[in-house]
Amino acid sequence: MASGIKDKVAILGMGCAKFGERWDKDAGELMVEAFDEAMLDAGIDSFQIDAAWLGVAYDVVNLGSSGIPMSFALRLPNIGVTKVENYCASGTESLRGAVYAVASGAADIALAMGVEKLKDTGYGGLPIRTLGTTLDMIGVEGSGPGNFAQLAAAYRSVHDVGKDDLKRAMAHVSVKSHANGLKNPKAHLRSAIDIDQVLNAPMIAEPLGLYDCCGVSDGAACAIVTTPEIARALGKKDLVTIKALQISMSNGWEQQQAGGWNGSYFHTTRIAATKAYKEAGVTNPREQISLTEVHDCFSITELVTMEDLFLSREGEAWRDILDGVFDADGKLPCQIDGGLKCFGHPIGASGLRMLYENYLQLLGRAGDRQRKTPPSLALSHNLGGQPSENVSAVAIVGLADA
Amino acid sequence: MTTGILSFGAYIPKRRLQRSTIYAANAWFAGGLKGLAKGERAIGDWDEDAITMGVEAARDALTGIDRETVGGVTLASTTFPFADRQNAGIVKEALVLRDESGTMDVGGSMRAGTTALIHAFRSSQAGAGPQLCVASDMRKSRPASEAELLNGDAAAAVLVGQGPVIASFLGSHSLSVDFVDHYRASDSNFDYGWESRWVRDAGFHGVLVDAMQQGMRALGVGADQIDRLVIPITVRGVAASVARKAGFKEEAVADTLSLNVGDSGAAHPLLLLASTLERATPGEKILLVGFGQGVDMILLEVTEALRDLPARRGVVGSLARRGEDSNYMRWLFHRGLIDLERGMRSESDLRQPATALWRNRKAVFGLVGGRCTRTGTVQFPKTDISVNPNEHAKYTQVDYPLADKHARIVTYTADALSYSPAPPIYYGLIDFDGGGRMKVEFTDVEEKDIEVGREVAMMFRIRAIDEQRKFKRYFWKAAPVASEA
Repeated sequence: MASGIKDKVAILGMGCAKFGERWDKDAGELMVEAFDEAMLDAGIDSFQIDAAWLGVAYDVVNLGSSGIPMSFALRLPNIGVTKVENYCASGTESLRGAVYAVASGAADIALAMGVEKLKDTGYGGLPIRTLGTTLDMIGVEGSGPGNFAQLAAAYRSVHDVGKDDLKRAMAHVSVKSHANGLKNPKAHLRSAIDIDQVLNAPMIAEPLGLYDCCGVSDGAACAIVTTPEIARALGKKDLVTIKALQISMSNGWEQQQAGGWNGSYFHTTRIAATKAYKEAGVTNPREQISLTEVHDCFSITELVTMEDLFLSREGEAWRDILDGVFDADGKLPCQIDGGLKCFGHPIGASGLRMLYENYLQLLGRAGDRQRKTPPSLALSHNLGGQPSENVSAVAIVGLADA
Repeated sequence: MTTGILSFGAYIPKRRLQRSTIYAANAWFAGGLKGLAKGERAIGDWDEDAITMGVEAARDALTGIDRETVGGVTLASTTFPFADRQNAGIVKEALVLRDESGTMDVGGSMRAGTTALIHAFRSSQAGAGPQLCVASDMRKSRPASEAELLNGDAAAAVLVGQGPVIASFLGSHSLSVDFVDHYRASDSNFDYGWESRWVRDAGFHGVLVDAMQQGMRALGVGADQIDRLVIPITVRGVAASVARKAGFKEEAVADTLSLNVGDSGAAHPLLLLASTLERATPGEKILLVGFGQGVDMILLEVTEALRDLPARRGVVGSLARRGEDSNYMRWLFHRGLIDLERGMRSESDLRQPATALWRNRKAVFGLVGGRCTRTGTVQFPKTDISVNPNEHAKYTQVDYPLADKHARIVTYTADALSYSPAPPIYYGLIDFDGGGRMKVEFTDVEEKDIEVGREVAMMFRIRAIDEQRKFKRYFWKAAPVASEA
């Protein structure tokens, strides 16, 4: 394996727009909102940016093609802007471009932006689009909840967990995230919910009820990255550096009968996590990771992801969740900012929104929701696709000296 | 060699709409229908049509038959999905018959099925390879019409050829007269029928009885020698009165399935023939009648080979595979007779590129996957590089048909969010017996049928309808075997 990028790249500044039903703003204006905050944080001028990446997933309602809409919106100095799309992992994918540019020396300062304007769709949930010419003939046009809900049936069967037990653990995931989101002024949904509300909510895709699903919103988040040396030269004292950044992509193995996949977990997350821990030098993630922001598009996704990140033992995440391990005041908080559950999931923005929270928490800037035990290593996990074919991204960031 | 019937099959959709439900909804307007409000009728689901039902009946008929041997397929119907695109050709692709198979659509009359069958016998006598004769109909009817209560959706298939026939073809007789008891214009969805008393007196008791008497003379067989008489007229008492007037034994008259299926139009004679063959014993003579702008008569004699015919779903199995339905609104919506608010999610507009369909026709129509000649790995779809990451063999896959393999459910969900004409839409992942894994939509499924590990079988169905361009996209879906019976 390559030596990796640990501590080669530092975060110079970050910004995050207020997520929600932003009837007031276009995607371009949401980007400006995140960009302004990040530039203020970074303390630079836009002419200092050498290269930029834009993560955005849907063309159906959104910016349109190419990197030009971002170059226009932010009035960037005629630098290269690369638009990337990798399903719901598009935000972390844009970060990867910027981080690699800096790590390679091709750029001193690079920008990663993620944005999505979903509330021009006209209905809840994600816009409907083609699966591609071949899959439109032989694939299945499932919805997000429908695709991810299938984890539950397989998980119950593989680990012999009762329907009610699993549903309760899933409900705890959402109750916990809502409690966290309540404290976050940038979250879309800021209301506490109780377990009965979750259990009694209308069914969206068996067994996912309304509260097992994340919201759909508009949002943008951005990161400005540079080398630790440049960051220090620009006057930054407490540095958050990238410890690991790994992306893993399905190749069809999950859809091979004799391969061994049983439908209850994410093959790619296990691969990305293993590589990321190695890159970051993490040997015992449950003890060494202080905080996680994972891709809780659905409660069941967060549940199995705890196992795929090796933070719970296989078949035991549902117990750990019910035991409060991942609550804000638990041993290893997950979604201390409210997660996708409360922020909603403007696709391209989510990966960077997760990183934003980890960045704030590491620097002690998270306000009311600041983790009391000072965190040193924080993980974000950004996932796109569906259980049987997906892209999974794991980013670990930490204090430069951690 | 003797020409005759080598095999038969049937398909009746699982849903049986209660006639009392239809009547209850319309009694305020058409109280006179009360007399017809007994029993139930078969209704195709939203994802079925004459082609899909025909494919299922044909697959049933091909139980135990090597498809390479089939020489041709004919689809008889008055409700072809396509006016210019051979419907039988789609059936042929779904059955993965040889490209050299002859294909033909026969329509235009309630006699389409029997006429097609006569032609199949004649071509077989002339030396053509086994001819698959499929009849399938899904007729629309206006709410509160008699047809709505009398009709039913179904398909049947008969494989005709030479060799170990289960019933020998002894001859046929036909008469063509433009007796317009009902008609449907080319651009109309609905039949227009004349007074039923006239149809009974002048049609059934007139044209039909006369033709049957004349036909028996031409065939040189006495009416009293017929052991099983198939008259596909479901109007109460008519099959018996026609038999009596024409001199046949009343006990020879086959049940018309009027109470549990309904009149399946051009498919009905073949459906009743299949049902009759399920009860017949060697040596019996069967007379099959078709009526519609004339009369067709086919005389058959059951042979000992019937005892060796492999088990199949047939009519008995199709009747047992039954789900009682009392949702009249659902059915009206599925037949396009009421326009429900479908929401924005239904607006997605997907064109079918003809180029891509042509390239992928075996996968789409035949559910043909790939099997690696080196490792034996089975996969769907077939690809240049094997799905097996330990091998990644290139260009080693050969065609591997999956449609007739049973499978087990690996994952599933019931999705109430995605637009479907029949929410929630069930889909998931299945593992085929013998290898191969696939994401599928489930059909003919209820909550109680679905769990990880349950057995499913594939069925040819409509995947989506492009309403803007009037194109239907077909593909395979998985149906629970528990309800297959």
